[in-house]
Amino acid sequence: MSDSNSREIVVPGDLLSDSPELKAGTGAFREKGRIYAAQIGIKSIRGNYVNVVPLAGKYIPKAGDMVIGVIIDIGPSNWLTDINCPYPAPLHVNDVPWRVDFGDTARYLNIGNSILVKVLKVDETKRIQLTLKEQGLRKLTSGRIIEIPHSKVPRVIGKGGSMISMLKNYTNTRMFVGQNGRIWIDGEPENIRLAVEAITMIDREAHLLGLTEKVKEFLESKKKIES
Amino acid sequence: MGGHSDIVLIDKNGIRLDGRKADELRPIKIEAGVLKRADGSAYVVWGNNMVLAAVYGPREAHPRHVQNSNRAIVQAKYNMAAFSVGDRKRPGPDRRSVEISKIISEALEAVTMTELFPRATIDVYMEVLQANAGTRCAAITAASVAMADAGIPMRGLVTGCAAGKAGDKVILDLGQEEDNFGQADVPLAIVPRTGEVVLLQMDGHLTQEEFDEAFRLATEAAVNVVYPLQVEALKRKYAGSTEDIEEGITNGGLANSVINETPSEVNADEIVEELASREEKVALEDMDDGKQGGEQ
Repeated sequence: MSDSNSREIVVPGDLLSDSPELKAGTGAFREKGRIYAAQIGIKSIRGNYVNVVPLAGKYIPKAGDMVIGVIIDIGPSNWLTDINCPYPAPLHVNDVPWRVDFGDTARYLNIGNSILVKVLKVDETKRIQLTLKEQGLRKLTSGRIIEIPHSKVPRVIGKGGSMISMLKNYTNTRMFVGQNGRIWIDGEPENIRLAVEAITMIDREAHLLGLTEKVKEFLESKKKIES
Repeated sequence: MGGHSDIVLIDKNGIRLDGRKADELRPIKIEAGVLKRADGSAYVVWGNNMVLAAVYGPREAHPRHVQNSNRAIVQAKYNMAAFSVGDRKRPGPDRRSVEISKIISEALEAVTMTELFPRATIDVYMEVLQANAGTRCAAITAASVAMADAGIPMRGLVTGCAAGKAGDKVILDLGQEEDNFGQADVPLAIVPRTGEVVLLQMDGHLTQEEFDEAFRLATEAAVNVVYPLQVEALKRKYAGSTEDIEEGITNGGLANSVINETPSEVNADEIVEELASREEKVALEDMDDGKQGGEQ
């Protein structure tokens, strides 16, 4: 057993703990009284739980996640959405803020449209329900969407949203980071380009210490060149 | 096997054709994450064998009838390149590669937490670039590293290794000549964490004692030599990722938990704050999109 701050990389099958007091959290499982890692990631002990913070893997939707989806198919009473996960995510007409007549779905959202949606429900067979019926959820009509691995989403948001608010301030853009790794950016074209560059940098150097400072330096140097 | 020749596979000092002792493996090199477009990948050089493995998924299984509504399926494909052997190999699946694909699929499925991804498939593609006896063991070793690299939850890695009999002696990890002119070949794959056997085949004839000895040689080599190399390859790729990760833990890194739910205080607060500030801004604009259609 090691302390919780060791930041140890574990691979599937690595022993995490044999303590009977601890429970297997995310990315971990218990077998014969011992806790093992199920996924490649970083071991972390929080409270009574031993977790593995994944370093790779597909996005798996969870109720309450805010994600960015793209309409891929239209039915008479629903839209099919790609939210960058292994399962199709239908959005039913009852879950949109508009009164949609049967068969009239294409007038509101068409194939290729992007939406900012919330995952309403995921059942045990991984059937997904989305909703657009909430404050701030909407169709995205302008701006740009880029994709990063979903395991790096926390780095783009930063501690307490520090990274993202800095990005927004420096680049003067509007931004939304979906839990599925899609990021929506809107603003002046050159500002968007700068923001994309900064996010690419975060993606590339996500593992480095003091990333927020680095990105700040980068943005400041760009600002100077401009003025 | 079955071939006859005057070739002396093991000399009087117990040294094999390539200079190895009876219980010695060929040199092995493993690298994780070599392909950019795949979700996970690995490259294994095992003596003169070269195998590339790529993993895609979990993703929706197609056609629909192959889906299992309770769990994911693992679809592995073993393929030999036309240039992998001396005489050009006629490309495409043949009896041998279909069989190997099937047993490797089953071996990998045994360790994968398939119950987490109902209706999905995990596709594993193994390409043998160069063959020199023992490709299925090299392939499954590569495949399991590639699956771990893809972040797929597994109960343990799978490690392959072979042993057999040549020159009337039980030896570890048969080379090309030993395979062709030897008396038996036993490829196997185990889960080093538990010692579970997930793949075991035998070609040729062995007595019970000889089999036990071959089995012991192969499992010991798999656990003590090959498995540490797999672990090392994975850790090497992700080394450096350890720093500064705490930030991630407090900010929704766990929000997309795959396996179990932990108490949710882990990340909720910051995200809620972050969302609240965003919503104010966002709510004012663009809500008109909907109205266009809705109020005509």
